[in-house]
Amino acid sequence: MDQALGWWGVPLAIAAGTLRGSAPFLFVSLGECLTEKSGKINLGLEGTLLIGAMSAYAIAYLTGSPWLGVITAGVAGMMLGVIHGWLSQQPRVNDVAVGIAMIIFGSGIAFFLGKPFIQPSAPPLPALQFGAWSNLPQVQSALQISPLFLLGVAIAPLMQWFFRSTRWGLYIRAVGDSPDAAKAMGISIFKVRMLCIVAGSFLAGIGGAYLSLYYPGSWNERISGGQGLMAVALVIFARWRPMQCLYASLLFGGAQAIGPALQSVGIDSYYYLFNASPYILTLLIMILTCSPKRTLNGAPGALGQ
Amino acid sequence: MSQRIYLSRRQVVRGLLATTAFGVTAKLGTGCTPTPETQATTAGSGDNPLVIGFIYVGPKDDYGYNQAHAEGAAGIAQLPGVRVVDEANVPETTAVEESMRNMIEEDGVTVLFPTSFGYYDPHILKIAQEYPEVQFFHCGGLYQEGVHPDNVGSYFGYIDEAQYIAGVVAGHTSQTGRLGFVAAKPIPQVLRNINSFTLGARSVDPEMTTQVIFTGDWALPVREAEATNSMADQGIDVVTCHVDSPKVVMETAQKRGIFCSGYHANQAELAPQGYLTGAEWDWTQVYTNYVEMIRAGKTLQNGGIPHLVRGGLQDGFLKLSPYGNAVSADAKQSADAAKAEFMDGDMIVYRGEMKDNTGKVVIPAGKNFQQQDQELEKMNWLVTGVVGNVSS
Repeated sequence: MDQALGWWGVPLAIAAGTLRGSAPFLFVSLGECLTEKSGKINLGLEGTLLIGAMSAYAIAYLTGSPWLGVITAGVAGMMLGVIHGWLSQQPRVNDVAVGIAMIIFGSGIAFFLGKPFIQPSAPPLPALQFGAWSNLPQVQSALQISPLFLLGVAIAPLMQWFFRSTRWGLYIRAVGDSPDAAKAMGISIFKVRMLCIVAGSFLAGIGGAYLSLYYPGSWNERISGGQGLMAVALVIFARWRPMQCLYASLLFGGAQAIGPALQSVGIDSYYYLFNASPYILTLLIMILTCSPKRTLNGAPGALGQ
Repeated sequence: MSQRIYLSRRQVVRGLLATTAFGVTAKLGTGCTPTPETQATTAGSGDNPLVIGFIYVGPKDDYGYNQAHAEGAAGIAQLPGVRVVDEANVPETTAVEESMRNMIEEDGVTVLFPTSFGYYDPHILKIAQEYPEVQFFHCGGLYQEGVHPDNVGSYFGYIDEAQYIAGVVAGHTSQTGRLGFVAAKPIPQVLRNINSFTLGARSVDPEMTTQVIFTGDWALPVREAEATNSMADQGIDVVTCHVDSPKVVMETAQKRGIFCSGYHANQAELAPQGYLTGAEWDWTQVYTNYVEMIRAGKTLQNGGIPHLVRGGLQDGFLKLSPYGNAVSADAKQSADAAKAEFMDGDMIVYRGEMKDNTGKVVIPAGKNFQQQDQELEKMNWLVTGVVGNVSS
């Protein structure tokens, strides 16, 4: 660590921040994308993210195996998913309201059970080193990539293909776009939605495991910082397309690094503004692409009904 | 749909099940939020134990501000005839008023230490008027004579003294001459820590600089990690911080193989290789002093206990983490020398002429500010050698 990078540090830090920080957004937004494609909204993924983070950290600490922690996080997420899936499909139950209840429920459980695990240090997930070709320690550190992130990047095109080219994908789209038509096809709306919500919650739980076991790599009650809710909004931003969820997650992950990176090279004014840059960008894109004459492009027809 | 009032038996059963399920989840949800959880730690030995209540804003084992206070509370719980009740995770809202009332009514608390900064105004002030016989001690130094109730006291420590010494150690250890400071917000207490840390380092090598990164809030783990990583990328090789829980900063520094200096509590086990030292609170000492004064029959109301208690190393408010392996003998020697000066009361950190990092003179030549000086509590500048800007 002899030489400073100076201005080159800014793009490097943003790139590194993208590789490090976007996985939670990615997992939650893919999970929410799957859920919303089936026509239900699950705002409770913020709670799922927290419970995933807590259970992954706790199990990794107790058993010494971070991968077991990742699996547990997914399973814990699925349990919340079952509750949401069942509750939100009862007649005259609003899925947004249930989702808000699930945020409070999930975070409450996570805080309660997670109390003894704030102090201990759990074994972190291993990272793959892609930077051995460079002799700059900064680049080597930036190119430490978690296999979980690569998994998430692989899931995005898979999910896109799944929606477009498989029978099951068609079922989900049918249920989300026109439940009556799906019913006529002989598809159980309840089962399809339930499975989508549970699978989506599994992914969100994995996103939580990434937070507590890889980056920033510790469990405390503020660990999510609202990332779960932002990821839900990302799905709208990404127009319900998994590949665009990937790009949007990378954008938001990288944006988290802008403020600190600019301050570290001496751009020290307006850091609140830089920290807010991804939100400003989202607002701009939403304003530019919205239209009063039609619903949002790509929105499932029966979303939230 | 809406005009149909008829409900089949199946729907009624289903509705009942749904309500029960929702009720169970809702009950668990509230039952599990960790608010109303008071616990008696130790029983007193005397006939009439002194019951003292502690309230924290976060968890008691956060390696930070709350842990420091919880350690102090555990320290006085050992004293005979003292019973401590405490409650963690109480937000700075009316929730803390309920906690205080409960402690006074249910547990018979006569002395309260609500530790978080934001509890003071309006919550403590309001409850203090309701219970004029109970004594309230608040950490933060906000008491104003004549304005606030008589049964409220305030205490705070000049932790920048410990940061100065940590700066001396950092100045000896850094090879690149560049230090890093992850700070939450540009408020006077934080700026004073940054300045003292920098002045400590520059007392070793006048060319040292401290890069500041403000994250914008007290607990933003991802941004704290980003800030530490950016600093490591820029060749900074010692970082310290002023955030609620320094855990993430210390762990990230450890991962990046750079040195770190702790804050609030001892974080040595989080970074076994790179941990140099740390500026820690020593509330056990402070709280023991209070207990002794109260036992001697002194109270805030009868004037026996001063309303404002402040102190530094000399008064036992602070301590330093034991030096880590990476600290050289030279560094230890000059740090111990600086500490000795603080202990004698000879050290003046802020002496004129001092310029801020824009070149403006902030302390004119010939003027020295003692630690107690009110002027220092209005600090809104960064000293020469700090790379950063206080305006947002």
